[in-house]
Amino acid sequence: MKKYKHSELIVLGAVMTALFLLMVVLNPGEFLRIGNLQTMAFQLPELGLLSLAMMVTMLTGGINLSIIATANMSGIVTALILTGAINPEAPPPGAGGIILLAVAAGLLTALVIGLLNGLLVARLKVSPILATLGTMTLVNGLAIVTTRGYVISGLPNAVRFIGNGVVLGIPVGAIIFILCAALMALILNRTPLGFNIYMLGSNPVASRYSGVNNTTVIIKTYLISSLYAGFAALIMLSRFNSAKAGYGKSYLLITILASVLGGTSAAGGFGRVSGLVMALVILQVVSSGLNLLRVSSFLTITFWGVIIILVMVMNFFSAKLKERRLV
Amino acid sequence: MTDLFLSMKNISKRYTGVKALDRVDFEIARGEIHCLVGENGSGKSTLIKIISGVVKPDSGARIEVEGDVILHHHSIDSILKGIEVIYQDLSLFPNLTVAENISLSQTIASRSKIINWRRVREISEKAMARIGVHIPLDEQIDNLSIADQQLVAICRALTSEVKLLILDEPTSALTRKEVESLFTVIKDLQAKGIATLFISHKLDEVLQIAEKVTILRDGKKIETLPSRGLTDEKLTFLMTGEKMEYSRYTIDNRHEEPLLEARQLSIQGNFRDISFKLYPGDILGITGLLGSGRTELAEALFGMNPFESGDLFIEGRKISIKSVQEAIRLGIGYVPENRLVQGLVMNQSVAKNIIITTITRLLNKFKLIDPEKRQRSITRWIKNLSIRIPAFDAPVHTLSGGNQQRVVLAKWIATSPKVLILDGPTVGIDVAAKSSIHDIIRDLAGRGMGIIIISDEVPEVFHNCNRIMVMHKGRIIAEFDSTVTTEEEIQNCINMAS
Amino acid sequence: MKNLFKHHETYVLLVIIVFSAIITTINPNFLTLENFFDLAKSYSFIGILAVGVTIVLISGGIDISFTAVATVGEYVMAVMVIKYGGNMFTAVLLVAVVGIALGMINAVLIYFFNIPTIITTIATLNIYYGILIVISGGKWIYALPDWFRNFADIRLFTLRTAQGLEYGLSIITATWFAIIIIAWIILRYTKLGRGIYAMGGSMNAARRAGFNIFGIQMFVYSFMGLMAGIAGLVQALLVQTVAPNSIVGKELDVIAAVVLGGASLAGGSGTLFGTILGVTLIAIMGNGLTLMRVSSFWYDVFIGLVIIISVGFSAYQRREKVKRTILVEGE
Repeated sequence: MKKYKHSELIVLGAVMTALFLLMVVLNPGEFLRIGNLQTMAFQLPELGLLSLAMMVTMLTGGINLSIIATANMSGIVTALILTGAINPEAPPPGAGGIILLAVAAGLLTALVIGLLNGLLVARLKVSPILATLGTMTLVNGLAIVTTRGYVISGLPNAVRFIGNGVVLGIPVGAIIFILCAALMALILNRTPLGFNIYMLGSNPVASRYSGVNNTTVIIKTYLISSLYAGFAALIMLSRFNSAKAGYGKSYLLITILASVLGGTSAAGGFGRVSGLVMALVILQVVSSGLNLLRVSSFLTITFWGVIIILVMVMNFFSAKLKERRLV
Repeated sequence: MTDLFLSMKNISKRYTGVKALDRVDFEIARGEIHCLVGENGSGKSTLIKIISGVVKPDSGARIEVEGDVILHHHSIDSILKGIEVIYQDLSLFPNLTVAENISLSQTIASRSKIINWRRVREISEKAMARIGVHIPLDEQIDNLSIADQQLVAICRALTSEVKLLILDEPTSALTRKEVESLFTVIKDLQAKGIATLFISHKLDEVLQIAEKVTILRDGKKIETLPSRGLTDEKLTFLMTGEKMEYSRYTIDNRHEEPLLEARQLSIQGNFRDISFKLYPGDILGITGLLGSGRTELAEALFGMNPFESGDLFIEGRKISIKSVQEAIRLGIGYVPENRLVQGLVMNQSVAKNIIITTITRLLNKFKLIDPEKRQRSITRWIKNLSIRIPAFDAPVHTLSGGNQQRVVLAKWIATSPKVLILDGPTVGIDVAAKSSIHDIIRDLAGRGMGIIIISDEVPEVFHNCNRIMVMHKGRIIAEFDSTVTTEEEIQNCINMAS
Repeated sequence: MKNLFKHHETYVLLVIIVFSAIITTINPNFLTLENFFDLAKSYSFIGILAVGVTIVLISGGIDISFTAVATVGEYVMAVMVIKYGGNMFTAVLLVAVVGIALGMINAVLIYFFNIPTIITTIATLNIYYGILIVISGGKWIYALPDWFRNFADIRLFTLRTAQGLEYGLSIITATWFAIIIIAWIILRYTKLGRGIYAMGGSMNAARRAGFNIFGIQMFVYSFMGLMAGIAGLVQALLVQTVAPNSIVGKELDVIAAVVLGGASLAGGSGTLFGTILGVTLIAIMGNGLTLMRVSSFWYDVFIGLVIIISVGFSAYQRREKVKRTILVEGE
């Protein structure tokens, strides 16, 4: 029996390789330096975790516009506890426990927001884009109210290690990202929940008639999405060395682009973590490569836009070709 | 036949390698009611597309409308010649009003870029008057019943100078009563000299309304016959080329303990006081009109819409079913009415669709899906039900209707249910594939499963069930033992009620 | 009466009335003509964008790129009129040409390559905005010509408060109202407008019925582009500065206003009246909080709550409608 090929992953792999080589050629000796690769590995996790948070909801045919607001709120809660309890100049004994507690509180905040999204989408059947637009605004507002619009800074060094530390030459953030991506792949490919996410994303009516508990699957999906936003919050907290409402706002639309670039269907039901990772590498390679060329970071986002359109156009033609072969 | 409206000679159509139509001749007279029958893939829709100008025939074809040879055939030519097609999905706009939908073709055809709302209403009123129907002009389409939507689609066709109306499967979503009134409309159009060509799967309806029947098989025209004197069996034979053997299903099982017993189940506004027993090996037929509460009953037994009062027993144990998950755990499976929407996840693979009901049983000790168990289960069911597929990961929509239904059956048999409820198990499936689905069902019953078949095709329940219940307005109004009843008796019971 | 409550607009209107009543009891300054004219002027920017977004949503699509289009439009306009001189007419012409051209690019990508509208427009948002910032260097423009300054102060009629302060209907507000009327006529009384509704209701049926899908999409996205261009101009008139980074990032706020007004993201439904109410609701909430001396920090919290309650409520209503019943004998 012949295999149905994942032509989108092939297109993506080719684009990734080509861009990587292009950047190596344009920046001879510089692009492949350990320092540069490390910088790339420092930058990617933030967007990477947020994109995973976005992608998992897109697989169910939904979307989560509140991920950035969630991450900020979660980061703010963690930061408030930390700055309240620990003086960074003279960390008290038992600071480790307080840090864990603060992180747990941050993640818990994220989960509460995820639960709200899940209930709105699964129980009230609000369209995901509207539900999360609402929670985005609400959570963002709460973040502004709790911080009075100020930056919360003065975090203990241990927290800064998460985003800036290096273990065996590999940035800690990158290790966290790899673990989280692997965990997501495991959930999606090897658990009943993941299986159901894809089926529900393709046809929620049929999945319901097949005994899938759609409500639970959707709620769990938004919980996972929020949890990943919470993970991203830790990295943001430590890289900015502070928390504030409104950090990383421009990431929101980029996470949608990254997911779609990685082959996640905007209509739901299809998409893989491997594709998303390749997409993230593409975006990072372009961004770092252009940066080495001293090109404005705004031209980078232009290139990102162009790449996504080119890839979509290529997918359009490859789908057309496949169709013609089938007839 | 001297008064020909449409005459087609030597129509062939070849799609890369496949002959969809092979030298077909076809004609329709003015005001004739003509029906086109054939199995899926016999070339019916290609022929209609050629008539409507959407598809071009291969060279050598000759098409005449009212004596004029049509050379450059485009859909607009057909419309100008008075040929209108109403597709199965009706192509209406759910968000627009009745008046706008009816007048739409005229709106598009008119040269004016401005909408004249008074004219919109006039056009619609005139079209409705032609067939004597009254649907509120300002009602939005998605608030109408399917039957009314169909009338709107017909009215839209009538706004132009239509001479031939083509209806693709017009009755598939209608109740018996609605079918009757649709037929009255078609007869009415005939009196005005408008010919109707329609495609249908329901042979009894074909014989009731059509004057002539054209049978297609494998892209070839078998025959055009006057409907008088034709029978179901004869038509089936012409369509499939095979003689169908109808054997009856009987079983003696009353001495055993019932698998399922319902006592006075009710849901307000759905059904009331439903009581029956289902024994191992039973195939219980439930028939009745669309909207008689039969699907609602099935969905209640399956936990989608829990019943409000009454008692339910499985193997003598009193139970309540509050969710689908619970129903599955208790050993109830449900093959829903609409395969495309409810039955299968069409874009996903055959493999995934087969294991969707049993995914939690395919885990290893870490609660992760075990690839080996997964593969074993998929291979087993594909083999057991001889499902023909191009590849394991081929999307289900690439399969034929019959094979798709086998996938649905497979996923339910895989749960090893005690009771399997099938709602319209052979809707839209070829005659030949139908009987093999029925064979699978009988085989399951033979192994002690209790089966409920819900169908509005009386012959289907009559031949395949040992007991038949008729539902009407949410109640069971009659029960028949198939060894001592006739098809006519059941049909009469349904007709009397409505 | 029962019919009235079938409409989403009725509920929004009720909420607006309730809010207004609350605000007025706390601060009577809210219910003055002066405040209203002022409010209408400062919300014309969002209001004009909302008209474009409504039409895109009705057609079954979505546009995210309009903030970038507005920015590019106002920037190009400002640079050109400063460099080559001109008048209001040339300014309008410039933003219109830029807006329509960028909108057409969106339409072409959407129609020919079948890319989901949300993806296309997120991508073009980044492309348009990135290029503008790179070329402009992100520099703000302050030195706008005098005639540009003076135009912003034109009033169609002028009234006087008891204290002798002048106020009235600004030409900017009038432009917004004129746009609403034009858009309403297009949607209600032209073949094109009905085609937009038809396409949003069912793309396939629209194609079969013989609508020119490409033409309609071209119009919808160019019109959105035109609205974005004009909104950019209005923004420049209102603040008398052109800041490349002041508009981008507000796209979801505008969409939220439109959605509050009842336009569905599934396409095919929505009215301009609803959109006006949505924008009004957002406007009086912002204004009301200020007048009630509530800290502006609370603004997003309120808007978020209103969105969640509103979409939750209408989703709940829809669910009730779906519950089916059949006639059961003896009930």
